[in-house]
Amino acid sequence: MFKKILSLALVVMMLIGCMSVLASCGEPELKGMSESPLPIPAVDSDVEVPDDFKIGFICLHDESSTYDLNFINAVLRYQEALGLEDSQVIIKRNIPETEKCYEAAEELVTQGCDIIFANSFGHEPYIAQAAEAFPEVEFCHATGVTAASADLDNFHNAFASIFEGRFLAGIAAGMKLNEMIEAGEITAAEAKIGYVGAYTYAEVISGYTSFYLGAKSVCPTVTMDVQFTGSWYDVTAEKNAAEALLARNCVLISQHADSMGAPGACEAAGVPNVSYNGSTYEACPETFIVSSAINWTPYYVYITECLVNGTPIATNWCGGIEEGSVILTGINLDVAAEGTVEAINEAITKLKNGTLKVFDADTFTVEGKTVVHDLISDGYFHESETISAPSFDIRIDGITLINELY
Amino acid sequence: MRDVKQTKDVPQTDAVVENVKRRHEPLIHITKRNQMSMLHAVLLRVGAIVCSVIVMALLILVLAKENPFTVLASMIEGVFGDPRRIWRLFSNTAILLCIALALTPAFKMKFWNCGGEGQILVGSLMAAALMFFIGDSIPLPILWILIFITSIVAGAVWGLIPAIFKAKWNTNETLFTLMMNYIALQLVTFFLKMFGNSQGNLDPMPQFAFPKIFNGSYFLNILVIALICVAMYIYLGYSKHGYEISVVGESERTAKYIGIRVPKVIIRTMLISGGLCGFVGMLLVANGSCSVTTTITGGQGFTAILVSWLGKFNPLYMILTSFLVIFLQQGTSYMGDIYRLDTSLADIFIGIVLLFIIGCEFFINYKVNFRKKASDVTAGKEAVH
Repeated sequence: MFKKILSLALVVMMLIGCMSVLASCGEPELKGMSESPLPIPAVDSDVEVPDDFKIGFICLHDESSTYDLNFINAVLRYQEALGLEDSQVIIKRNIPETEKCYEAAEELVTQGCDIIFANSFGHEPYIAQAAEAFPEVEFCHATGVTAASADLDNFHNAFASIFEGRFLAGIAAGMKLNEMIEAGEITAAEAKIGYVGAYTYAEVISGYTSFYLGAKSVCPTVTMDVQFTGSWYDVTAEKNAAEALLARNCVLISQHADSMGAPGACEAAGVPNVSYNGSTYEACPETFIVSSAINWTPYYVYITECLVNGTPIATNWCGGIEEGSVILTGINLDVAAEGTVEAINEAITKLKNGTLKVFDADTFTVEGKTVVHDLISDGYFHESETISAPSFDIRIDGITLINELY
Repeated sequence: MRDVKQTKDVPQTDAVVENVKRRHEPLIHITKRNQMSMLHAVLLRVGAIVCSVIVMALLILVLAKENPFTVLASMIEGVFGDPRRIWRLFSNTAILLCIALALTPAFKMKFWNCGGEGQILVGSLMAAALMFFIGDSIPLPILWILIFITSIVAGAVWGLIPAIFKAKWNTNETLFTLMMNYIALQLVTFFLKMFGNSQGNLDPMPQFAFPKIFNGSYFLNILVIALICVAMYIYLGYSKHGYEISVVGESERTAKYIGIRVPKVIIRTMLISGGLCGFVGMLLVANGSCSVTTTITGGQGFTAILVSWLGKFNPLYMILTSFLVIFLQQGTSYMGDIYRLDTSLADIFIGIVLLFIIGCEFFINYKVNFRKKASDVTAGKEAVH
């Protein structure tokens, strides 16, 4: 009997505790998200798609990966804009980078697809094989690099100038650091960003460098530590990497990997986070600042138009701010520094009119010297101009790579 | 359990035991069945599949809000709707069957080989490594022969190591073989890091693939594995080795008593088990992706354990169980694509079907008895013993 009374008393106490916590939560007034400086544009196309048109998509993971979710959302926007039926747009998820990718492509051909699009780098050789086996079908591959040298008319690569989006997100990070310095939370020399990357190759290097240069354009003393995980999707590894960076006194974190590991670690530690591939505001309302992402819808519309009109699809296609391929989420006004929206808008204008280059050769050095490189001319690095995928892989001063295992 | 309890309670008199039992007779108790009639057993299995389909239909209705009949019918379309799909169905069935066949001799010996994954991976790794390092410098037929030998040897070695430890020092083979999987996985990762491209992938080398028969790689898999299946059936059922394996599995003491050298049987059987897994690894590379990745097995080394168990370690039944698993995988995958169901729903369906089938095996082997009235207790007790 005593036990029963005790447990009842405990339950009552816990209920009271919960209610008081809930009551205290509603106090601060949240400003919420701003309008996006680079929103997803409405699809502008008058293409008449025939009823027997079909398009197939091959995704590495499913909606639980932010990377794949970004592709799948773009597919859904595209489908709605062009008024396609579900049966005309087939999405195959969880397709690994093995023979299974070829099988998936073959299956989509069997289902009558006119265009097949694959979203992961490792899919490329299998997509190239399928392109060779099924010359009547168009194969498009995101992030790949071999279409130009493959000598196949029906095999194409595509990417977006996401380095511009990351540069803009970097500005938001730099503004936040400036705010911390002004508030006396850190000294100018302590303004250090942590970055969780997947692998040490150009796509990631180009990404974190453009992000860093964005931050440096407003906060000149910023430095950055980069920790690699060796996986595009590994919640634990990304969380651990973020925590390791926090232990190295990083005061702001960003990431180029696809799970919620790093944003989650930031929310737990109360450290601001600049995200990628889409908003993590819902899960991390107290630390999320802004996120850049690639909007793939313009490319899907483009390849559909090409097919319907009978014009060839570009071997290498790189969408930019103009095409609506590079987008930003809204800015979380509760976390971001004051004036962030204005600073980003200003930079967007400059990027559009060409007065600002992300990889301006005057803004970075290697071992204290200005860099000489095949792709640097007219004072800047010509990123994604010959091959659509990123090719900037210079390790510049101010960025420390903690491990280069991957 | 009841027997144990009774022997523990030695000091009590029979009357006391009887008294206690009468008061504590459980509501339900389970007894082993005598042989169930073939027809009865088949009906029970069909019933289980029907039940699982009903549960799936309900889930589709509730979770996906689609018409369950058309959704389930799309599974058939996705498996048989096109010659290519049928080829793929049988080829994938063959691969899964072959892994199950590889594990079966070990299982019959009660050696729980959970290392199929690793044994396949090292086979794949050897095949890919040979293609990569010496593919260009020797004629194709010699390359194929080398790949054939080294893949099998690599798989066999991966099976041999835990077998030796089990035979000599009676180590736990389940843990050992599992650990060997991780070593194999890391070896592949290391290989890819050292020799792969900048993204850690090995570009496929289709120029070294086995010859294509009938416009694809499918026929070769089906043909070779059909032969292996027959051979394994004969080996396990009608050879001296097969007999030794059964005896060791039933009782090691008996095996020793009748002069079987148990360590020798363990080692020999694991060489076969691992070697056959290595052979599958070779097929996955040389007759498949022509490259190696850490995900090349797709978890089939573990799925095959279930296939082997469900098939009661009988190679011919295992054709059915591997077919069932691949049918479900291919069908639910197509269904998920067409109706845009959540990808985990496909896994849930496979889980439901397998759960019902495994559950019905329980009811085929065991009988559930409900508590009888007090007056029947004595009679019931006699019947149980």
